[in-house]
Order: sequence, then structure tokens, then C-alpha cells
Amino acid sequence: MSETYEQMWSELGLDLEAHDALLQVLGKGYQDIYMSQSGRAAGMEYFNFVMSEVHGLRVKELLDGKKEGRKVIGSFCVFVPEEIVRAADAVLVGLCTGADFAMEEVEKLLPRNTCSLIKSAFGFKLGKVCPYMESADLIVGENTCDGKKKAYETLDKLVPNLYVMDLPQTKSPEGRALLKAEYERFKKAVEKLTGVEIDGARLKRGIEIVNNKRKAVHRLAQLRKADPVPISGLDALLVNQVYFYDDPIRFTDSVNKICDELEERAATVNGAFPENTPRILLSGCPMAVPNWKLPWIVETSGAAIVGEESCVGERGTRNLTDASAATVDGLMDAIVDRHFLVDCAIFTPNPDRLNHVKEMKDAYGADGVIHYGLQFCQPYQMESIPVEADLENHGIPTLRIDTDYGMEDVEQLKTRVEAFIETLR
Amino acid sequence: MLAAGIDIGSRTIKLVVLDSDADRTVTFRKSETTYNPLDECLRILDGSRWDLLIATGYGRGLVQKRLGCGTITEIQAHALGAHKLFPEVRSVLDIGGQDTKAISLAEDGRVRKFEMNDRCAAGTGKFLEFMAAGFQMPVERFGSFALQGKEGLTINSMCTVFAESEATSLMAQGNDPAAIARALHVSVVKRSVSMLKRVSPNGLLVFSGGVARNRCIVELMKQEISSDLLVPEEPDMVGALGAALHAIGRSAAE
Repeated sequence: MSETYEQMWSELGLDLEAHDALLQVLGKGYQDIYMSQSGRAAGMEYFNFVMSEVHGLRVKELLDGKKEGRKVIGSFCVFVPEEIVRAADAVLVGLCTGADFAMEEVEKLLPRNTCSLIKSAFGFKLGKVCPYMESADLIVGENTCDGKKKAYETLDKLVPNLYVMDLPQTKSPEGRALLKAEYERFKKAVEKLTGVEIDGARLKRGIEIVNNKRKAVHRLAQLRKADPVPISGLDALLVNQVYFYDDPIRFTDSVNKICDELEERAATVNGAFPENTPRILLSGCPMAVPNWKLPWIVETSGAAIVGEESCVGERGTRNLTDASAATVDGLMDAIVDRHFLVDCAIFTPNPDRLNHVKEMKDAYGADGVIHYGLQFCQPYQMESIPVEADLENHGIPTLRIDTDYGMEDVEQLKTRVEAFIETLR
Repeated sequence: MLAAGIDIGSRTIKLVVLDSDADRTVTFRKSETTYNPLDECLRILDGSRWDLLIATGYGRGLVQKRLGCGTITEIQAHALGAHKLFPEVRSVLDIGGQDTKAISLAEDGRVRKFEMNDRCAAGTGKFLEFMAAGFQMPVERFGSFALQGKEGLTINSMCTVFAESEATSLMAQGNDPAAIARALHVSVVKRSVSMLKRVSPNGLLVFSGGVARNRCIVELMKQEISSDLLVPEEPDMVGALGAALHAIGRSAAE
């Protein structure tokens, strides 16, 4: 792949040598973690292809689109409303935040006790290895946690096109008003960037594209309720990760194809794991590509992951946007209402999230919950303690894991995860 | 049947073979893990017979790969072993060479909840060994030396490196070495107790793992916790015993 895209990468200003090293690590990780699984759906072949071309063909598509005037907007968070971006015929892509890179450089700009996800975004920028960030016409930072919002002040000095979106911290009428104002401001920024005036018909189309994508992952989630579960948690996580990169219509088709295949499989009781394999619900911080560490440990320790209560998972995709309003303002309200439901831990208080964890535990027939906290992610680590206490009060076995992107603690984590799974048998 | 349990810890390897029909222990061995744990495992297993072998401890995967045996985690192994020795046990504290585990058990001996230190070996056997070296004595003597020390000094840091520099400062101030050693023991106990509290223990506590051989740690632990504390005669063999017991259970289930 290197030779085919070398010119493209070098025109984007990537550090070819470092980028090559990254691709090698990524490729090997994918091989070891994904290709070693057995009984995968044939439809996952598409996702193998997407991953093998994640910095290649997909980036070329974006650049070809740019030549025809399709703007690229990069984002770090599910609060950036994709509907508005699609309405302007622009593309929204998730930026790379799932691996450690150029840490020595990063720690010159950020304190060591910053979470891996934020450090990773900086590492990809400073190491010049994220073609998405370099392709983006606009990079949207959003004021979620303190770590991110302060880091954007520093990121602003590294990139010429950062747009910062403010976000509410409470689910109050004032909070909703802030979100509405910020989405209106964002719509104007997208209109200015693309030169497209977003009317009702365009917004409806944007909503429809994104809703279809969400419906496809809902369908996949439904199938995971079966025992034996027809798809591994690793594969389902990958689908949820690719959600942020791929062309939405092609992605929707590909997920629906996998669902067709798995529906057939379910009829013949052909699972990704044997029947009665302990079932785990993951809950907590998002896992961006290629952060597969914890799911890999869980699924090589004798359990299957049946759901992700996460922004890369159900928290991010649970709700659809109502497209029934007749006016632009009505549709914008629907987009605000939809996103205002996201139960991110930056909100205080945040009771919906705990309720969703319990609902998902029941819906997917999980035997236990593993809470995943990224070290130094204050909002989720803070919530993990009351979440664990409440789940245990309800008789739900819970394991709290705090870790980062490093691999030094894999053996210890494996012991803890295995011991937890032993208690579920 | 002959049921064998091997516990490959970071410092020592332990083997227990039980004759389940005669209800007696036929093999009971321990050796250093060394830098080549697999060879040591093969050596300790040499000459033993078994119908089913279960491996536990951090090196369990190594033995599994070589001998194709089953594995359980040391958390389950210590719970099983402690429950066999003391059926009324409700919680287990296992302090080994590089890990500390606090386990709370249900009445039937099942693991209800556990806590374990993460990547750092603060407050484990390694910590004590490292500190004993600073006092130029073998770790086996460090506990009784510390017991002679007076109360009153405090080591605040849990980190091995920082704790050592704290100890060095205390030495430089002319404090009694035994009292400093005692303070280091107190810091291990404080850390373990806070881990224990997170699993809400009640009832009888069994203290297992190699560090339970340290008299000072045991004494201080008894002062710190409100529940009864028992130390098995061979505290570091509890994991291997648990693994052997699991082999009996697994064979019965098959």
C-alpha cells in the first residue's frame, strides 16, 4: 500500500517514515487481534478491507471529493452533529485518537497526567501521521471535559483551522438553549465553509443519511441479543469504529449485509462463541481505532462482549433524529433534542447513563459489566465508583478497569478479567 | 484421583498433588522461580504423577502452552485453597511477590468481589525484599527486625522508589533503623487494608501468600482490622492447593 499512496501522503505533509512505522504496527495489531478470530461473518471482509485502506483508499476518496468541492470536517466527539455536515454535502470524519504516538513531543505540550485519548490526538498531529487531520478543511473541537477544552487552546496553535464548539454541562433548559445556539452557529460555519445554504430539504436528507447509518448499527445490536452471540465484540466494536470514517451510505449497506448474513446464521445456531459463553457489557470511555486492548483481553479470556455503553457504541448511536418537522428551525430543534439525550459523563448529574447501563445489561443478557475508564479521564472515572456501587447493589457483577493505551499492564489486566469471568461461570 | 496444582508466582513456584480418594497430600514442593520459570516448572513437576494438572499464578499460560493443562487465576486459586483450610473464611488477603489481592467470598466459598493492584508492585513482597536489601538483610529476617522497632515514624509514599528515599532520609536524620523498618511495614499494611476495605470484608480473614510469613506484617494487620485473622501454616502454598482442588472439582464435573 505504501508505494501507491506515498505521493498523496507526502503532499499532505505526513512524515513518511513515521507513518510507515505506524501502519506496520497497526497492520500487525489487526492481524494478531482480528484475523486470529474464528467463525467471523463473511461480511467482515469489507471491514478488513476498510482497515487495510484506512489511511489509503479512504483518504484518496476524501481528497478526490475535495477536488470536486466536497469539504472535509474532522471531529473528536459525537456531539458534533453529522446531520448538519451532510446537509451541506460535506464529509464528517472522526480524527485519530486510539494509539500512543510521539509521546515525548506530546508531553512537551500536555501534562503527563492527561488521558490517552487527548494525548493521542496530539501525538498524531505532532508525529505528522494522521492523514484525516491533514485533509480536514475544518477541525471541530468541543468543550466536553476540562482536559479536552484546555487542550484545544494548545491545539489551536498547531492547526490553522480549529473551530471550538461550546457544550452544556447540565440537562437544563439553559443547557439546551446553549446547545441550540451552538448548533446554529455551527450550521452557519458549515454554510460559510461549503458555500451551501442549508435549507429544509437538505437538512432532511442529512438526517436521513445519518439515521440510516444509526438504524443499521441498531439492527446489528439487536442480533447480539442471541445466545450464542453471532458476532464477536471485537468485530462489533470495529463496525462502531468504522462508523466514524467510512462513507455513510456504503457503511450502512455493508452493515446491513452483515446483518442479513447473521440473521441466517442465528437461524442455524452458528455463533461466534460457543453457547453459554459468559456475556459482558462494556461501559465507559470510548475506544477509538486501534484501541482494541480491553475487548481483546476479554474475548481471549473466555467471555464474549455483547454491547458497548460507549460513545463508540450505543451511547453515540442510540437515538435517531426526528425528521418530521417542516421548517429548518424545527429540524434544527430535532437535531438539538437528539444530541441533548446523549448521556456523556460531562453532564452533571447524569442519571440517564446508569439507567442505560442497567437497561443494556438486561436487553443483551449480559452476565456482568466491565467499566472501562481511561486513566486521567475524570468524568468517567468519577462516575465509575457510583456506577459500580449501584450495579452491585442490584446484584450485577461489575469489574472496574482503569487503564491507558500502553501494553505494560496487559498481564495484570488479563488476570483481573479472567478472575472476573471465573466468577460469572 | 491424583489432582495436581502448580502455582507459578513471580518469586517461587509451588506444587501440590492431592490424592482425592485417600484425602491426603502426596506432593508438596516449592522452588525459586528464577529467570527461567518453565525449566523450573518442569524440574519441580519431574517425578510427580497426576491425573489432572491445573496451573495458576502469573506463569500459568507458560505451563499451559507447554503441557496443555487447564488454568485458573490466582484469585480463584487462593479463594479455593483458603476455603478448604478454613471453611468459615469470608475474605482472603494474598500478598505475593508482585501482586496483592483482596478477595471477598460468599458463604459457599465463591469469589464475590476482588481487588488487585495494577501494574505497580508497591506494597508487595517485592517492595519488602527491595527494602530489606537496603537494610542489608535477607527478607526472611526483615519482619522480626521491624518488630523490634518503636512506633511513630511514618513512610508516606507507596512507590518503592520514593519510599526508599524516604527511608534514606529517615536514616540520615539518625532514626533507629528498626523503627524505620517498622514504618515501611506499616505502609504495606495500610495499603493492603485499604484494598481490603474496597471489597467490604466481614467475618474471618485469611492471610495467604509469601508475605504472610512476615511476622511484623501479620502483627500490624491484626491491629488494623476488626475481623479475625488467620494465617495458614504454609501461607504461600494456598494457591497451589486451590489449583489442585479445582482439578478435583473439574474432574468430578466431567
